Amino acid sequence: MDKRLERILPRVQKPARYVGGEYNAVMKDKAEVDTRIAFCFPDTYEIGMSNLGMRILYGVMNNMPGVWCERVFAPWGDMEEEMRKAQIPLFALESGDAITNFDIVAFSVGYEMAFPAILNMLDLANIPLHADERTALTPLVIAGGTAMYNAEPLADFVDLVSLGEGEDITVELIELHRKARREGWSKAEFLRAAAKLDGIYVPSLYDVTYNEDGTVQAITAKDGAPEKVTKRIVRDMDQSYFPVKTIVPSTEIVQDRVMLELFRGCIRGCRFCQAGYVYRPVRNRSRDLCAQYGVESCNDSGYQEMTLSSLSTSDYPQLTELCDQLEDFCAARHVNLSLPSLRADNFSMDLMQRLAKGRKTGLTFAPEAGTQRLRDVINKNVTEEDLLQSCRTAFAGGYSAVKLYFMLGLPTETDEDILGIADLAARVMHAWRESAVNKQRGVRITVSTSWFVPKPHTAFQWEPQISKEEYERRVKLLREAIKTKTVTYNWHDSDTSFLEAVLARGDRRLGKVLETAWRKGAKLDAWEEYFSLERWMEAFKECGIDPHFYANRQREHGELMPWAMISSGVTENYLWRERENAFAEQTTPDCRTRCNGCGANHLVGGKCDV
Amino acid sequence: MSKLRLLFVKEAQASYISHLDLLRTFQRAFPRTELEIRHSQGFHPHPIISIVLPLPVGQSSNCELLDFEVTQTTDGSGIAEKLNTGMPNGLRVLDCYEAKRPVRELALLRADLELDYDNGVPEGAAEQLTELLGREELIIQKRTKRKEMADVDIAPMIHSVTLTAEDHMIKGTVVVQAQNPGLNPQLLERAIANYLPELTPDFVRVRRRELLDADGKIFR
Repeated sequence: MDKRLERILPRVQKPARYVGGEYNAVMKDKAEVDTRIAFCFPDTYEIGMSNLGMRILYGVMNNMPGVWCERVFAPWGDMEEEMRKAQIPLFALESGDAITNFDIVAFSVGYEMAFPAILNMLDLANIPLHADERTALTPLVIAGGTAMYNAEPLADFVDLVSLGEGEDITVELIELHRKARREGWSKAEFLRAAAKLDGIYVPSLYDVTYNEDGTVQAITAKDGAPEKVTKRIVRDMDQSYFPVKTIVPSTEIVQDRVMLELFRGCIRGCRFCQAGYVYRPVRNRSRDLCAQYGVESCNDSGYQEMTLSSLSTSDYPQLTELCDQLEDFCAARHVNLSLPSLRADNFSMDLMQRLAKGRKTGLTFAPEAGTQRLRDVINKNVTEEDLLQSCRTAFAGGYSAVKLYFMLGLPTETDEDILGIADLAARVMHAWRESAVNKQRGVRITVSTSWFVPKPHTAFQWEPQISKEEYERRVKLLREAIKTKTVTYNWHDSDTSFLEAVLARGDRRLGKVLETAWRKGAKLDAWEEYFSLERWMEAFKECGIDPHFYANRQREHGELMPWAMISSGVTENYLWRERENAFAEQTTPDCRTRCNGCGANHLVGGKCDV
Repeated sequence: MSKLRLLFVKEAQASYISHLDLLRTFQRAFPRTELEIRHSQGFHPHPIISIVLPLPVGQSSNCELLDFEVTQTTDGSGIAEKLNTGMPNGLRVLDCYEAKRPVRELALLRADLELDYDNGVPEGAAEQLTELLGREELIIQKRTKRKEMADVDIAPMIHSVTLTAEDHMIKGTVVVQAQNPGLNPQLLERAIANYLPELTPDFVRVRRRELLDADGKIFR
């Protein structure tokens, strides 16, 4: 171990995060490696290691001969300070080597609040921040992940963006980079060639001009780059790689269990949900294969908990059958099955009996809105009776805690909708009185609200976020309407949601704001401990940019969006149609009931496997 | 039912695994052995596993012990090999056997020390430190369980100290009391800083070598 590192580790919190050496971490002989990849997650170890996508791509890349992909996470503040003091550059966990001279530095970006951590990590690695300062072919700085469906705020910093699911494109890209290095291409030559790969977006090959009112006037592709870059997907989930043998962290992480992915995409079409649109279309993994992967993963890792993971797990066509198929194994190995989230309209006694057999703590439902009218607007096709019936089932089955998630500030929301949340909580409370099996234990009902952030590539991408004052008024209204002590109300801090709304629909001009905020100290801004809106407001002011232009402005139909060069496969026409349906309070059926023609079916050759 | 004991090495990256995380790591490894860990009886059953003498984070050891109970009757043979197929780097099980000696017979701990002096070992330092650590009284400041700082005399807990100077390092072997109360050898650095601040090392490395009973015989 590096002697400087050994000296600082005793002084930092949770040093096991910074040393690697976990079971199944991939070690390679440097003499047989020609491509070194730093796979960076712009957040802490505990968060990054909980990301299934990261585990999949780690396996995919390390399965390539001659390629060594290593993990890099953002150090916590105490560690960063010690590293800077001791002049230890950001290093990869497997080899302990500084990533400064790696061939490819790849960031997995799941959320906008991680943007400052990307700059901070580049800086810690002694890698020049701006793409145009990095004139050589290495290190190539790339990014992917859900937040990259609008990569514009990062356009100054990353060399290219990989869109959608990375299993295939990552391999193609690495091979191209390898060829470029072998044949001595210039960086510009490489980027032009990379832009021709499906799913690769090279920001520097697009010129953006603006109107006087600040909106985007034109986006012009140059040097043969495509006008629209469409995301990549894995067509057949049964053929795609699943990390059965995956790293088992030696220190506790957030998702410290087997994550078994049942399917990708979501049939539902909630109009606010970016994941619901950008992961289309639905692709199921067959039940036998899921069961096999589940058993093998538990056996290899030794975990005694397995979560059946996907965007809306209870929509998996054969969920109860899969649970039954796993039952004997789980009983013999004392493995508990869990689901990440439940839909209130198909949660059944059958399913409940197959989940956590031991301790029954809480269940979580996300009605998202307090009245049927507003739930129709957002196309969350769950009725109040669905929810109450699910709660009765849960209480009758011995559960004594229910968490309910809502959003405030959804388009068309009125005070009536907000008070509806309090009513709904009261009715859940009533359902408990009716059906609880053990009333002595009491009940805990938790209502949580977040502040709605309109996201690109959704039906609400044109909508303004409500103002901070209005959000706070609505929180207060709800707080005062919830009267019983049994119901706990938590609301999300407004400052982060505002900045998220700015960055999510930002354009390239935000690059300098991001850099300014980072220079003022922004780094792990997904963490309340580190986030400061004040710092960002100063940065906006210094750069002469009005954040409200991005967060709180109603966009017109037909306005050229900053992310217009990116396609998730869902057409903009479809999104607008959904927006119109929303305002008409018209629901759209799920993909299993009827194809609504969103366009994503073209990604799988015409017909989705719903 | 059998009461078993593991003897294992904890070093390199694994020396940074905390006590609780170490228990979790072993719990994940046990399914490889087909052994059923016994659980406590009660409302919230928990597996009966305990580390005999928890090692401070950052230190290495060649002689860690872990006690556990299984529902089967076994002498533990073949278990170490199976556990080792699922261990992180730096954790290695050397042996698994029936836990016959009660833990209370564990009295002493032999550890190797490395005191780094980046600018070279000062002249006569080894001799001065040997004299210091052999004194009748050595007071250091230690945080008590009630989180207050208190003066503690560690001299009675030090049984022997041997130090030799090299270029940039003093190497040593100490035997200290293991429990009731035990002395963390790392704290010798604090005694040095108290009494001979000019000889305070730049860094101290500790590796447990052996667990001993009151007669100085190896404890297993």
